[in-house]
Amino acid sequence: MAKKLTIDGKEITARDDATIIQAAHEAGIVIPHYCYHPKLSVAGNCRMCLIELEGRPKLEISCNTPVADDMVVYTNSPKVVEGRRGVLEFLLINHPLDCPICDQAGECGLQDYYMSYGLYQSRFQEEKVHGRKVVDFGPDVVFDSERCILCTRCVRFCDEVTHTNELGIFERGDTAQIATFPGKQLDNPYAGNTVDICPVGALTSKDFRFKIRVWFLQETPSVCPGCARGCNTSVHHHDGRVYRLKPRRNDEVNDTWMCDAGRFGYKSLHENRLLQAAMRNDEGELASAPMQEALASAADLLRDRDPAAIAVLAAPQGTNEDCYLLARLTAEVLPGCQVVVTAGEPGDEDDFLLRADKNPNTRGAQDMGLPAPASPDALADMAAAIEAGNIEVLVAVDVDLKAAFGAETFARLAENLGGLIVQGSTAHPGCEAAQVLLPSAAYVERHGTFTNFQGRIQRINAAFAPPGASQPAWRIYRRLANLLGADWNYPNHEAVWADIADTVPGYGVDYAAIGDQGYHASSES
Amino acid sequence: MRKLTFWQRLYLPEILRGMLVTTRHFWINVLRQRHTITQQYPEMPTFVSERYRGRHRLTRKEDGSPRCTACMLCATSCPALCIHIVAAEHSDPMVEKHPASFTIDELRCVFCGLCVEACPCDAIRMDTGIFALAAEKRENFIYPRELLLGDAVPKNIAEGKAPAQ
Repeated sequence: MAKKLTIDGKEITARDDATIIQAAHEAGIVIPHYCYHPKLSVAGNCRMCLIELEGRPKLEISCNTPVADDMVVYTNSPKVVEGRRGVLEFLLINHPLDCPICDQAGECGLQDYYMSYGLYQSRFQEEKVHGRKVVDFGPDVVFDSERCILCTRCVRFCDEVTHTNELGIFERGDTAQIATFPGKQLDNPYAGNTVDICPVGALTSKDFRFKIRVWFLQETPSVCPGCARGCNTSVHHHDGRVYRLKPRRNDEVNDTWMCDAGRFGYKSLHENRLLQAAMRNDEGELASAPMQEALASAADLLRDRDPAAIAVLAAPQGTNEDCYLLARLTAEVLPGCQVVVTAGEPGDEDDFLLRADKNPNTRGAQDMGLPAPASPDALADMAAAIEAGNIEVLVAVDVDLKAAFGAETFARLAENLGGLIVQGSTAHPGCEAAQVLLPSAAYVERHGTFTNFQGRIQRINAAFAPPGASQPAWRIYRRLANLLGADWNYPNHEAVWADIADTVPGYGVDYAAIGDQGYHASSES
Repeated sequence: MRKLTFWQRLYLPEILRGMLVTTRHFWINVLRQRHTITQQYPEMPTFVSERYRGRHRLTRKEDGSPRCTACMLCATSCPALCIHIVAAEHSDPMVEKHPASFTIDELRCVFCGLCVEACPCDAIRMDTGIFALAAEKRENFIYPRELLLGDAVPKNIAEGKAPAQ
C-alpha cells in the first residue's frame, strides 16, 4: 500500500514507511535540512526541515513525521518561512563567521540556506561563545567546535555505519560540543565520510585543507579504481589536477560512502606518471620518442615472431574497452600467444565496502575474454619459460614487474628477454628495462566502463585531457593491431562499447543507457 | 565654402594674432610657473589623486603580521588571473590560515581594483600611488609577498634566481 498526500498542492504517492522529507525529495521538492541524512537514523535536532501540516497548530519537522493518507503539507508557507528563518538565526548565534578561512565556504549549508531563507540583519549583540578551534580528531579530520551546529551526523555515522563509536556530544547548552571519547581517535577506515556529511565547516579534511577554494573545482562523475567494489565517486579537479574524491550516491554499490584508501587514491594520479612514449635508440638507451615510432618499434618486436614466443602479462586495471581490444589483439592478431592476468597482492577486506581484490575490473576483464587472475605458480612458470628462452617477447600492461616476479628474478628475466614492451600510466618499477614504453591515460583522463565484483557495469568519465603523449589503452591496442595487419576501425570508446554490447553476453546495453548509476544485466531486464 | 574677405586673404594679420597668443603663454610660463599646466615629470613629483589605483600593497595587523588570511577572494575576483596565493596552516589556531606565498604578476594586472573591493579583511590596497613600475626582466614584475608588504626582498628572488613563490 502506498500513501497519497499533497505537498505544496502537488499530489504525491509515497511509500508507506516514508517520512515527509523523503516523500518530498523523491517528488523533487526541496526541504532544507542539516541533521537529516538519507542513510542515517533520524535525529530531528536541527529543526531546519520545518513544514506546515494542515490541521495542526504547530510546525512539524518533516524528517520525523511519517506520511499519512490525505495529508496536506506546505513547505513554503509564510509561517514555515518565518519559522525556518528563526531556526537559522539560532543556529548562527555563536557562529564565528570565519568563512574567509573556512574550507567549507562555497559548499556550506549555513551559507546556502542563509542566502535562500535567512537574509536577516544580525540582532545578536552579546559576546559569542568561543569554542575550540583546529582540534585534531584523527589522521585526516580536523574539528572546529565554533562552526559546529551539533547536527550529530558524524556521531551517528560512527555509531551506525562503522560501529566504531569514536565520537560523542559532551557538555550541555551552549558549551555542548562534539569530541572524541578519551583515548580514542577518529581513525577508522571510513573516517573521511564524516567530513563529507558535515553540513558546515566543523569537520575538515587535513589532506584537502587550504589546497584550493571549492568554487574553483569542477566535478566529474567517476568510479573509484581502488578495489573491486567500484564505489561511485565524484572527481573534483581544477586545471588538469585532481584535488579530492567525494563519494557519489549509488544504493546498489556504496550507498553514499567510500573508504579512506580510495579517497586518497587520487594522489597516485600525479606521481611518477609515464608521459612520453620511449624506445631504445641506436646506443641502446631508452629515449623518448613519438608515439607512432614507439608503436612501430613495438610492432617490429611482435611481427614475424612465433606467437608462442610472445607472452602478455596484464593487471585487470584497464576498462572493459581496453580489456576487450587486448583480448581481441591476443586472440586474433597474435593467436597462440600466452596471456596471464595478475591481480597483485590481495589487500584489506571487510564486510562493508573494502574488497581484497585491489583491481577495479577483474570481473570485466574476464567477461571481455581475458583469463582469470593467475596464481603465483603461473607467474613462476612464465619466469621459467622466459629463462628457458621459450618466451622471447613480454608485453606488460599496468604491471609492477618487480613486484610480480620479484626484483632479483626480474633482473635475470630482463636479460633473457628479446623484447619487453611496457604499457601503463604509471612508471612502475621495472619499466626502465623495457625496449618500448607506451604511456596510457589514467582513469580520470578517459571515458570507459568498469565491471565491479557484483557484475555492475559502471561508467568512468574524462575529467581532463591525458597529460603528455599518453592516450587511452584501447587506442594503443587499436594502433598496434593495425600496424600488425589488422583493420580495426574504432573512432572512439563508444564504438568499442558497441562491439562489446553486440558480442559479450550480459553487456547488451547502449553506452548512454549505462548512465551515472551503472547497469546490472541480471537486476535490470 | 565661404569666400574669404580681402583681409583674411592677406594672412598676415591672422598670423600676427596667433603669434600674440603664443607669446602671451610663453611669458606666462616663464614668469608665473605655478599656473602652468605642464608638469616637470620626472624631475618634479606629480599629483596623484587619493583614489588613484596604483601598485598593490599588503597591509599588516597591529602585531605586524600580514592581514591577509589567504581566503582567495582577490584571486577569485581577479579578471586577469594575476594573483597567486598558496595558503598554509598557521601555527596559531586562532589565525588558522595564512598565505605562505602571495604573488601578483604586475604585467598581467589590469589595475581594475576588484581585488581591493573583494578583500574582506582590508588586506590588499592600491593606495601606494606608484604607477611607474619598471624592471629589466619580466620575472621582476612578479611581485612576491615581501615586496608587497614593503619588506626587504630576499636576494635570490630580487635577482630572479628563485621563482617568486
